[in-house]
Amino acid sequence: MTCCPASSTVKSAIDTKVDAKGHGGPESGLAQWVHQIDDQHQSIDLLVPTIHCGGCIKRIESGYSKLEGITKARVNLSTKRLSLEWQPDKISAGQVIDVVSNLGFDARPFDKSQSGEKDSDKIGKELLRALAVAGFAAANVMLLSVSVWAGAQGMTRELFQWLSALIALPAVIYAGRPFFRSAINALSHVRLNMDVPISLAVILASAMSLYETFNHGAETYFDAAITLLFFLLAGRYLDHMMREKARSAVSQLLSLNSTGATVIVEDGEHRFVSVSDLVPGMIIHVAAGERVPVDGQVVSGVSDVDRSLVTGESLPEKLQAGMKLEAGVMNLTGALELRVTAVGNNTFLGEVIKLMETAEQGKARYMRIADRAAQIYAPVVHVLAALTFVGWLWWTGGDWHASTFAAIAVLIITCPCALGLAVPAVQIVASGILFRRGVLVKDGAALERMSNIDTVVFDKTGTLTSGELMMESTATIDDESAALAMALSASSLHPLSKALHKTLKSRGSRPAKIDKLTETPGFGVEADWQGKTVKLGEISWCGGQALQHQADTNSIVALSVDNTVSAIFPFKDSLRTGAKQTVSQLISQGINVVILSGDREPAVADIADKLAVKGFQWGMTPHGKVKFIENQIAAGKKVLMVGDGMNDAPSLAAATASMAPSTASDIGRTAADMVFTRPDLYAVIYALDIAQHSTNHVLQNFALAIAYNLVAVPLAITGFASPLFAAIAMSSSSIIVTSNALRLHWMVKPPKTPEETSGQMELSKQCEVN
Amino acid sequence: MTSLLILIPVALFLGLLGLAAFLWTLRSGQFDDLEGAAERILFDDDEDQPDQVNFESEKDT
Repeated sequence: MTCCPASSTVKSAIDTKVDAKGHGGPESGLAQWVHQIDDQHQSIDLLVPTIHCGGCIKRIESGYSKLEGITKARVNLSTKRLSLEWQPDKISAGQVIDVVSNLGFDARPFDKSQSGEKDSDKIGKELLRALAVAGFAAANVMLLSVSVWAGAQGMTRELFQWLSALIALPAVIYAGRPFFRSAINALSHVRLNMDVPISLAVILASAMSLYETFNHGAETYFDAAITLLFFLLAGRYLDHMMREKARSAVSQLLSLNSTGATVIVEDGEHRFVSVSDLVPGMIIHVAAGERVPVDGQVVSGVSDVDRSLVTGESLPEKLQAGMKLEAGVMNLTGALELRVTAVGNNTFLGEVIKLMETAEQGKARYMRIADRAAQIYAPVVHVLAALTFVGWLWWTGGDWHASTFAAIAVLIITCPCALGLAVPAVQIVASGILFRRGVLVKDGAALERMSNIDTVVFDKTGTLTSGELMMESTATIDDESAALAMALSASSLHPLSKALHKTLKSRGSRPAKIDKLTETPGFGVEADWQGKTVKLGEISWCGGQALQHQADTNSIVALSVDNTVSAIFPFKDSLRTGAKQTVSQLISQGINVVILSGDREPAVADIADKLAVKGFQWGMTPHGKVKFIENQIAAGKKVLMVGDGMNDAPSLAAATASMAPSTASDIGRTAADMVFTRPDLYAVIYALDIAQHSTNHVLQNFALAIAYNLVAVPLAITGFASPLFAAIAMSSSSIIVTSNALRLHWMVKPPKTPEETSGQMELSKQCEVN
Repeated sequence: MTSLLILIPVALFLGLLGLAAFLWTLRSGQFDDLEGAAERILFDDDEDQPDQVNFESEKDT
């Protein structure tokens, strides 16, 4: 329970926020998120991504319970949200939100209606309600039906049948709505889907049974109709839940992006507005450590920027006035003022989205296994039922009653109960396994597409590499330089400076005593040490000559004493953990591995060389990446794209299947089929392995369902399928299919990597990083 | 037969009661945060007395 973060990263995030607030006050920006419940109460929903354990719930809720004026503070751990209600006459919205920041959590306002959350929540609730009603009715009708099958006669039987009708009919009407709606929708577009035979069977069986009950007949199918709905709803709900879980996890990640910007109005005042209110020409203020919210041109300020998420360049770049920045670029060292140059569709992001939408059209053509099965299955079922009806009419010489009964029996028996469960049951087990290993699966179709991949395309920066810079070797550094460098690097936010500090710390160096520390954004840090001026930063600024040949693959930090360079620290983007093993395992499985990067040639060639990858291309534009993937797919290849940047998003959408790390750009995570929260690259191996297994199990389940039909359908056609037989056959096939899905747990081998930890731990690590 | 006339309505009533209870829990949001519920059960405190709680819990978190 001690895992709650009050870490420096969270603190610094809050500091910058408080800074933004200090200028113009948050109230003006907050108003759009605050809901007025009634005269005396207001509410707001906050997203608090760092909540991850019971201790966090308690800290936040008890923090609020001490305050006067707060009427409700409830943390939702599953969705990492905090919903607050307060009396505005006693406490202000700004004060309310500051509480959670002061507790050490980074919180942002969150609008439920924006993420389309309410709709999907409504669908889930409706399915669950229908499932409950169907479950209740199925249990009771079954109880009554068992008595009839056990030999209840005369009055008792009729009483039981009437009771069954009384329970089953309203339940069928209520619980069947999701199926009826989808069937009507399909028919109105002149299509057949699985819901058409389901609806037909349920409605006909209920109507026929009611007719039988009126006419004192012996055989009713109320139990079959309602159990059928119960099983199918279970499958439907599982499918929905899986998608919902991944969707809410992804939408949480999504809402981490900046929703607002600090605008400098004419009189120099700072005001916080939401991104949608920005127009070209406005001047915005971007503090060090913040992401640039829109495309803009630098008006004033000196800083370094990190473009790795946008273009794939791994090294930070020095910034000059007049340079253009794309939305999503990280501002590292100094405050900037930007003129907004484009908003909406005209931005770099807008272009990427356009490319992505075109690329996605190819994917829409993919049909899920279940749909492909339905396309064959549904017409066969209808034809069989019709043939049975006609055959019986002919055989019995016009006995409408017996013929209808046989036809309905065929519809009920063939009804894809097992088929409805076959796919979702397997996929929910598979995505559960993956979730525990730190991979979020967005929907079941992704698992299907992932199962026969033969080409894997990796992006370099942030995917194969961790995006963190590492020093090449620490052996050559003398102690005095190390001590000075450590002292100088302690305060700067520049990634090279932070990386240097980390390396020296792990080497065991102690900082030297320095004073008058100043940072010159874009160049470096300087200070006084024993009466001399020491500098740490860009080599020419420190008084040395830039070494061009090294600057190609490396980034160099130099240390100088009185303008004489005394040490050089070369840095490289480090490989992600497990990158080497993952790539070599993929190659040994006969999978073609390709690296496509927007970075410069030497950096890409270096990584490709380390990983023994032969196929690599550098300097790729988003368009070029998409073209490459589309060509591969046109050549009949099944391509898995693994990437993180904005420039990868269109290719993530174009590929057969795609994965992105959780550190990826928002748009990258949206475009990807799977998002992995673990810090290493083994996620790719796991996902491919489990996708393969799950597709095998889906096919096995289909085989089981078909085998069941081969036995049951002839019985139904010949009229031997009594209601009792239908009930047993249906339930047993559903149970077999579900058990087969659960077998996936044993089939998937435990991970071989030594550093494997539970998914939960990975997630909490992620939390701290955030 | 007469026993059935009592027992069946009783059984149905109890079943409906269960259904109604489930629908109520669903509507009152008790299924909204299953992970949170799993954690909350471990809290020692009684939510009716928040002041005592905070004092105790702050030490071990």
